[in-house]
Amino acid sequence: MAKTRKSVADLKVGEKGTVCCFNDEVMSLKLMEMGCLPGSEVALSHKAPFGDPICISVGGYSLSLRVKEASTIMLIEE
Amino acid sequence: MGSQTRIKAALVGNPNSGKTSLFNQLTGLNQKIGNFPGVTVDKKTGISKIHENLQAEIIDLPGTYSLYPKSADEQVVVDYLFDALLKVSPDFLIVVIDASTLERNLLLFTQVRDLGFPVILALNMLDLAEKSGKHIDIEKLINKLNVPVVPINARTGEGVDKIKAAMACPIHNIPERYLKPLELAEDTVLEIKDQMKITNDYMALLLAHQYDGMLSLSQYDKVQIKHSVEAHNFQSNAIQSAETLKRYDVIRGIIKDTIHTPIKHQPVRLTDKIDKILTHKIYGFAFFFFVLFVMFQAIFAWAEIPMDAIDYLVGSLKSLVQNTFPAGKLTDLISEGLIAGLGGVLIFIPQIAILFGFIAVLEESGYMSRVMYIMDKAMRQFGLSGKSVVPLISGVACAVPAIMATRSIDNWKERLITIFVTPFMSCSARIPVYTVLIALVIPSKPVLGIFNLQGFAMMGLYLLGFLAAILSAVVMHWILKSKEKGYFIMELPTYKMPRWKNVGLAIFEKVKTFVFEAGKIILAISVVLWVLATYGPSNQMKEVEEQVIKEAKVNHYTPREQANVLSAKKLEVSYAGHFGKFIEPVIEPLGFDWKIGIALITSFAAREVFIGTMATIYSIGDQSEEQETIIQKMRSEKDAVTGGTFYTVARAMSLLIFYVFAMQCMSTLAVVYRETKSWKWPIIQFVFMTAVAYFSSWAVYAWLS
Repeated sequence: MAKTRKSVADLKVGEKGTVCCFNDEVMSLKLMEMGCLPGSEVALSHKAPFGDPICISVGGYSLSLRVKEASTIMLIEE
Repeated sequence: MGSQTRIKAALVGNPNSGKTSLFNQLTGLNQKIGNFPGVTVDKKTGISKIHENLQAEIIDLPGTYSLYPKSADEQVVVDYLFDALLKVSPDFLIVVIDASTLERNLLLFTQVRDLGFPVILALNMLDLAEKSGKHIDIEKLINKLNVPVVPINARTGEGVDKIKAAMACPIHNIPERYLKPLELAEDTVLEIKDQMKITNDYMALLLAHQYDGMLSLSQYDKVQIKHSVEAHNFQSNAIQSAETLKRYDVIRGIIKDTIHTPIKHQPVRLTDKIDKILTHKIYGFAFFFFVLFVMFQAIFAWAEIPMDAIDYLVGSLKSLVQNTFPAGKLTDLISEGLIAGLGGVLIFIPQIAILFGFIAVLEESGYMSRVMYIMDKAMRQFGLSGKSVVPLISGVACAVPAIMATRSIDNWKERLITIFVTPFMSCSARIPVYTVLIALVIPSKPVLGIFNLQGFAMMGLYLLGFLAAILSAVVMHWILKSKEKGYFIMELPTYKMPRWKNVGLAIFEKVKTFVFEAGKIILAISVVLWVLATYGPSNQMKEVEEQVIKEAKVNHYTPREQANVLSAKKLEVSYAGHFGKFIEPVIEPLGFDWKIGIALITSFAAREVFIGTMATIYSIGDQSEEQETIIQKMRSEKDAVTGGTFYTVARAMSLLIFYVFAMQCMSTLAVVYRETKSWKWPIIQFVFMTAVAYFSSWAVYAWLS
């Protein structure tokens, strides 16, 4: 069953995805109230110079987060 | 005047929603910064004149995304609202909403409505929403939300009169219930309602989640609620998660009917295009260093003119007092103690104003969050955060405003580390000390043709300070334990032209805070230092006076020479002088004598006082400008033991290192006290930095001599 799932941290710049669920409960509370919900469409806008943090576009605005934080947002498999 | 009625309103909203702009529009210069009880967050209140007989007292609450606080700033909002519910209620809330991200902004709105607050909704940034292809039907929004909705442009002030008009009308509305807390945790909610004798379901639910951190609850209430929460096995995280999802469901229903998105594809925003450049590997850093360069240029070059002017004015005021009033201790106290101390405060105003002007522009434009974004990875290696960059940079000008700038760091541990290490950055007050000591022992030799050895030494000292800051951060990072998670989940706001009114108000406010808060303490310590340096055991003081009069006759001193020799001798027998001799055994291993000891003590008022003190000790008069003379005097000083030069390379280097590391700035300690709200941190900082300075100096002296 151990299937490697794709998270927001795996997105390439410009690539889109749809949020499926979160694997860190505390982090998910913060992310959800900022409008990053299961079913939301996210796109990776750009990465900071050392590849971390990253900036995603969600709910019509830009949200920056560290790669570690982004890896808790799982995406729906295509 | 007539009879004035005063109503109370609080501004709430997401960060970057334009809340502070609206606050500035409503209140202008009628603002007051106070403190929320027990926390390190400023409470901004202001008075807005609604009409002849009506005034509104407006409170600008910190920006938050929800009523589930993650930082000290956000906690303030919840505490304020609960305090209002339990005691004196604000008449209403003005919820400021960024129309371009309506969905996310409505979350907080539904939460405060569920608490039963009357609300005026200020709908800001409609132009931005239109640009991104969203058309909001305001009539429908009013119908759906059942509150007054006022379209505003907080930047231009458009619609502010309508907000005032809405404030003047009493709001009669039946609070909406967006969430049914009973569906989430019926038993807990009912029991807490009963215990607390409250009628609002959502209030009971929030209490179940957050009772532990709430300021307005008594210990008894906390125990009661804790009991209910545990008895009913209240799953805080899962219930909060369910609440957020349910609220977004409701909000999506509202939005579906009120927002029309005629064009499906989103146009590429200008902000994204700018970000492509400003967060780029090369251009991004290049632009950042360019901004830094301009900032330093401004702080060091442009601030010099007003600083000289202030220096001149304070100097004139001093002579005016000395010449107008009869000579005596009182005149001396006023001129040398009070006015000089006041000068020590005022002299920093230009640098603080310029620095905070820059910071305000960077913040207003939205660029500041990009700086944090591009620097975060590097800073994290040292236990700092991207948000520590601004204070560290500012520290090169002056640690006082730099430490004030740490407030944007919401993680307390990261903020504390930043406050702790910032004074290691070589501030402008160290420059005169560095200049004199380098000139004393480092030859002015060309290196590689175009550079100068003295310049290298200077740069080395700056690097040394920076290294000390970074290494101390690592140490602090290891020692400090924190349960608080360091988030970097933050909105990157769209780029905007800064509003000069907001920038002006920010500068005004920072300068005012500095002058009144830090100023009080600086002034007090200056006076104490003056007393210590002026008074001494009276028999010794008399003896010295008589001795100098005799000497003057023998050596044919000019009146000025006599005065200089006298003040040098007096300093020696003053309490400060005695103290210098008292600490001599302690500083002797570093190669320092009692004269340097006095300079170290007076430097505590401000490091640049070193030069003035040296001038007094070597009796060159009160001319701190005459650096050349001081260097000459110091160079010819003989070592009493060896008979050689007193200021050897070892001794001068030891002294330099001491000035790089030591905490010798009462203004900084005062501001650290203000920002951390306890003497614990300034004391630890003082002891730590002094210890680092002491042992480094000792090592350098032992190695070189």
